[in-house]
Amino acid sequence: MSLPERVKQARENHDFAPLIEMIPYARLIGMSCLNLGEEVVFVFPPLEDNIGNPTLPAIHGGVIGGFMENAAIFHALAKLELFAMPKVVDFSLDYLRPGRYQTTYANCSVVRQGRKVVNVSVTAWQNRRDEPIANARTHLLFE
Amino acid sequence: MSGSLSMLEQMKSIIPVLKQCRVLGIEVVEAEPGHLVLLLPYDRKIVGNPDTGVIHGGPLTTLMDTACGFAAVTALKEPGIAPTLDLRIDYMRSAIPGKPVLGSAEAYRVTRNVIFARGLAYHEGLQEKPIAHCTATFMRIDPAAVNNREKL
Repeated sequence: MSLPERVKQARENHDFAPLIEMIPYARLIGMSCLNLGEEVVFVFPPLEDNIGNPTLPAIHGGVIGGFMENAAIFHALAKLELFAMPKVVDFSLDYLRPGRYQTTYANCSVVRQGRKVVNVSVTAWQNRRDEPIANARTHLLFE
Repeated sequence: MSGSLSMLEQMKSIIPVLKQCRVLGIEVVEAEPGHLVLLLPYDRKIVGNPDTGVIHGGPLTTLMDTACGFAAVTALKEPGIAPTLDLRIDYMRSAIPGKPVLGSAEAYRVTRNVIFARGLAYHEGLQEKPIAHCTATFMRIDPAAVNNREKL
């Protein structure tokens, strides 16, 4: 399946599985997506391989970042119907609460679409959506 | 006990305890108080763009978060805990497919409550052409306070 076909499927069926399957790193960390009506929530299951601090235990902050960066890319591709992988210009992450060894969710919104650059914000949470564990924003460059 | 081990030996034994670092194959190259160089090997499983074979930003974030985090902790005179407050990565150019990436970090300012760290990701011999620049801040937490909180 080509990238445009995968993007179309994500857009029309709110099914991001074909996009996730395409990216080795997204497969490695075990992310998936969940349909809630028209809304899509990205899901990051607790996997032993993703642990950072073993005593808490907590998910490695870097992988939480990787999960959120992936979510932003997939969201932008589908939302804006873009057919090429973007370059990530920058990625900024605020850690608000410990990323415990449990399922993490994330949703994204496009804050601003410029001619070449898209600003996407990402929120990640575990127990309650109104208690985020991390907020991120990224600039994606589509050439 | 830790006093008899060099900082490099200590880091070589601690960092593989982080499962995700082991999964990515992250190795310790240099370690001094407040300064760390780690190596992220190239692997097909961390690719972010299947057409080009360029690695994803996620493993670079993990490399730099780990390097900055341990640079921050080792900058302290007494061992402590320092969770990440925030982290920003600027991607300056794509990593070259097939090549390992070095991640160097230094804690450049330690205050009573906060540690400021920064770092670069680059290929060996190409430090003047970095792949990514990272800044991160860490909160200093007294280990005794954490133990007390866990007892409650």
